[in-house]
Amino acid sequence: MNYLNETIDSLNDKLKKGELDAKQLAKDTAENIKKTDEKINAFITVDEDAKVAEDLNFDNKLAGVPIAIKDNIITEGLKTTAASHILYNFEPVYESTVVAKLKAAQATIIGKTNMDEFAMGSSTETSYFGDTKNPWNLNKVPGGSSGGSAAAVASGEVVAALGSDTGGSIRQPASFNGIFGIKPTYGRVSRWGLIAFASSLDQIGVMSKRVKDSAEVLNVIAGADDRDATVSEKEVPDYTAFLGKDVKGLRVAVPKEYMSDAVEAGVKKAVQAKIDLLKENGAIINEVSLPHTKYVVPTYYIIASSEASANLERYDGIRYGFRAEDAKNLEEVFVKSRSEGFGDEVKRRIMLGSFALSAGAYDKFFLQAAKVRTLICQDFAKVFEDNDVIVGPVSTETAFDLNSEISDPIKMYNNDILTISANMAGIPAASVPAGLSETTGMPVGFQIMGNRFDEGHVFQVADFIERSNKFYEQKPAGLED
Amino acid sequence: MNFKSTIGLEVHFELKTKSKIFSPSPVTYGAKPNTETNVIDWGYPGTLPMVNKEVYRLGLMVALATHSHVNPVTHFDRKNYFYPDNPKAYQITQFFKPLAENGYVEVEVHGQKKKIHIHEMHIEEDAGKNTHGTNGFSYVDYNRQGVPLLEVVSEPEMTDPDEAVAYLEKLREIVQFTGASDVKMEEGSMRIDTNISIRPAGQKEFGTKVEMKNLNSFEHVRLSLAYEQKRQEQILLSGGRVQISTRRFDTNTGKTVLERVKEGDADYRYFPEPDLAPYHIKKEWVDEIAANLPKTADERRDIYVNEYGLKPYDANVLLQSKESSDFFDKAVAAGADPKQAANWMNTQVNGYLNENHAELKDIALTPENLAAMIKLISDGTISSKIAKKVFAETVANGTDPKKYVEENGMAQLSDESVLTPMVKEVVDNNPQSVEDFKNGKDRAIGFLVGQIMKQTRGKANPKVINKLLLADLNAR
Repeated sequence: MNYLNETIDSLNDKLKKGELDAKQLAKDTAENIKKTDEKINAFITVDEDAKVAEDLNFDNKLAGVPIAIKDNIITEGLKTTAASHILYNFEPVYESTVVAKLKAAQATIIGKTNMDEFAMGSSTETSYFGDTKNPWNLNKVPGGSSGGSAAAVASGEVVAALGSDTGGSIRQPASFNGIFGIKPTYGRVSRWGLIAFASSLDQIGVMSKRVKDSAEVLNVIAGADDRDATVSEKEVPDYTAFLGKDVKGLRVAVPKEYMSDAVEAGVKKAVQAKIDLLKENGAIINEVSLPHTKYVVPTYYIIASSEASANLERYDGIRYGFRAEDAKNLEEVFVKSRSEGFGDEVKRRIMLGSFALSAGAYDKFFLQAAKVRTLICQDFAKVFEDNDVIVGPVSTETAFDLNSEISDPIKMYNNDILTISANMAGIPAASVPAGLSETTGMPVGFQIMGNRFDEGHVFQVADFIERSNKFYEQKPAGLED
Repeated sequence: MNFKSTIGLEVHFELKTKSKIFSPSPVTYGAKPNTETNVIDWGYPGTLPMVNKEVYRLGLMVALATHSHVNPVTHFDRKNYFYPDNPKAYQITQFFKPLAENGYVEVEVHGQKKKIHIHEMHIEEDAGKNTHGTNGFSYVDYNRQGVPLLEVVSEPEMTDPDEAVAYLEKLREIVQFTGASDVKMEEGSMRIDTNISIRPAGQKEFGTKVEMKNLNSFEHVRLSLAYEQKRQEQILLSGGRVQISTRRFDTNTGKTVLERVKEGDADYRYFPEPDLAPYHIKKEWVDEIAANLPKTADERRDIYVNEYGLKPYDANVLLQSKESSDFFDKAVAAGADPKQAANWMNTQVNGYLNENHAELKDIALTPENLAAMIKLISDGTISSKIAKKVFAETVANGTDPKKYVEENGMAQLSDESVLTPMVKEVVDNNPQSVEDFKNGKDRAIGFLVGQIMKQTRGKANPKVINKLLLADLNAR
């Protein structure tokens, strides 16, 4: 079963009518994933015996629909690795809130998708389980860290997948793969069961070809949870209610920092075309400034790495996961397990974060970064006083070649310059396809950011653009035989 | 040369909650290892802490009882250190914004009253417990992981071991009477770390600090500090330098032993806990807690001595624990004469507890039953001799004293209309005793009382008989 021409609604309809059988669908989906993954390696684990809910109630839009889960989200009884050697065999004994909610909505959990190790990376190349290839061009990266989820959706392996986004990890791969992806407001979706990278920035979100499919899934996974103290108790609106609207009178901000010369020409042109489209349809376009944009990369890498250094210290080879075999004493168990269990990028960030928090450095680095973060939040608050959404590119470029940036961390980090701010400010942000770049022929993502808990406007604009260009009709070129 | 000591104390109290500070696992002292744990306590990937609000409430009680300033906004921080008893490799504590600051307790030492100031108090999670087996393996029990702690940090302003112990006694009493902690050192619900430095009198700068961790009793605190004072003095007098170090008190030799030398402060890389938002403590809530604080030991002592007329010693025995003081208060509230109740509590009840190695909460005796028994004595229904039998039954089986006395015919015969004819008969039958009485021999009365007791098989109320006898004899 391939999903390139399906939506959650179409599947729901076929299942309801008996044209599809949910159990058979799960099997066919797993089979197709196996086949497609020979080319793109989007999954770490495919559950060939995926449990299909009993007594399917097709009022649940997700009933019987196979969904893929990024492998840093806990699935009870199903291996969860965070794409790290140190958790290569970890079988969780409890359930994450988002998966519990999907199961309650009778979705089928079909497997776990590849990613950068512990979500640290922008290309899915830091995975212990090998690279994922971009379905549009198998020589290119799918982006990251949710590169597996993005490629799985783009190739039609699944109709929708969960991702996580700490500094752009949903939006950038969505952009590179020509699909939709939304990082909701921090606190909109419970993090219970999300293997922590940077706790104050991590947020679970949804990726799908069609905007409406993500709205359907977000409807299920969003909302209060008494296991996560940072999740909001705010009521969850029906996100599909924001679709099908026009943009007349909508106040759209375009930050000048997001349309600078650093943005590759093909990307800039595709994004500008969408801004023009909004304007032609009655939106009010305001050029604004987010003056602290130039500080976001260092600020982000200090805060995220600091939190990560604490979050990853628990992996010691004792209670779960990988344990080095030839350790001679307890100290060696710790040192060898961690040395062999973590990849280079993870180690780099643990070192960076440990330093930023250390006694002599805390004031100069962590505290300073925390102050800049406050300024970044203020930048956004100011813009949202007079605007409904902020738009621009997701990334300065389209998908780059495999192995082209992995040895240059600074270049890789700079990939995130346009996505990090939304995590810093905790606001919702999405990537919707703007078309193919005239210079590279690869998909370009159009970023839409909303005010806190205003996913509604983000969906509204994304859906408007989707209807204007019907990008979902284009098939990824890399999979054609 | 004269030296001046500077002593600071850090005291951890386990807060008495039903469940842990950040997880729903229950907290029971003495449970089988690792039976009271869950994925949060194990530090499993993807788990998150949720604050047990009761921890704030109990902490605030202690803050208020020590006149501390409650921070209107408090938050948790991560203290990073790697150790097998610490499954997340960080402890969630409060470093930047503790629950409360700038409090004090008032102590009396060497006949002088002194305020000892509290620098700050914060709430945090306890770590697991490592034990080292004789089989070469080490074991970790995570039952204790996540037990809520309140750490109370004094200002370093105590100047001798007696002052330190006086502070500890007062602090324990205050915390105990809020009900926030069991304060049992033997169960680890109160733990003491000390630090001490000395300097020549007149020198402004503090001397080098030496720390001692996990002292087992107040006496050990006193002895170890006294030993350190001397040890450090001798080092300074011989021209040496005190090392920044942690030392252990050896209870066998009465000496302190070097554990480890510190090379600068450990770097815990503290930073705000991102999984828990800052907590705003509403003034109304603080006011409500303040209004409902249980009476302090001092307030109770005042009532016991000045209102009930108890001797200060007896009052202090009752106030050794909140349980005994509460028990006594309830007995008095149920109608017991306070002096009698105090007497029974401090002799018979305590005796029974010691004999059976039990605590008040474990035994069948209720304050109501104790009060009922004391009332039976006061109104003459039973003699104090019978009372001992009644007590033995009630304390062992929880039997209602009144019912027990009735069912077993143990009530004294005090009815004058029954006793008067008996008295008359005995006096009539013993003219010699009447004669002796008239001749001033008081012994005669004892003989006559004995005769009546014999007839009533000991149940006659001696007071009533005495009264009736005297009346009869004087009338002859």
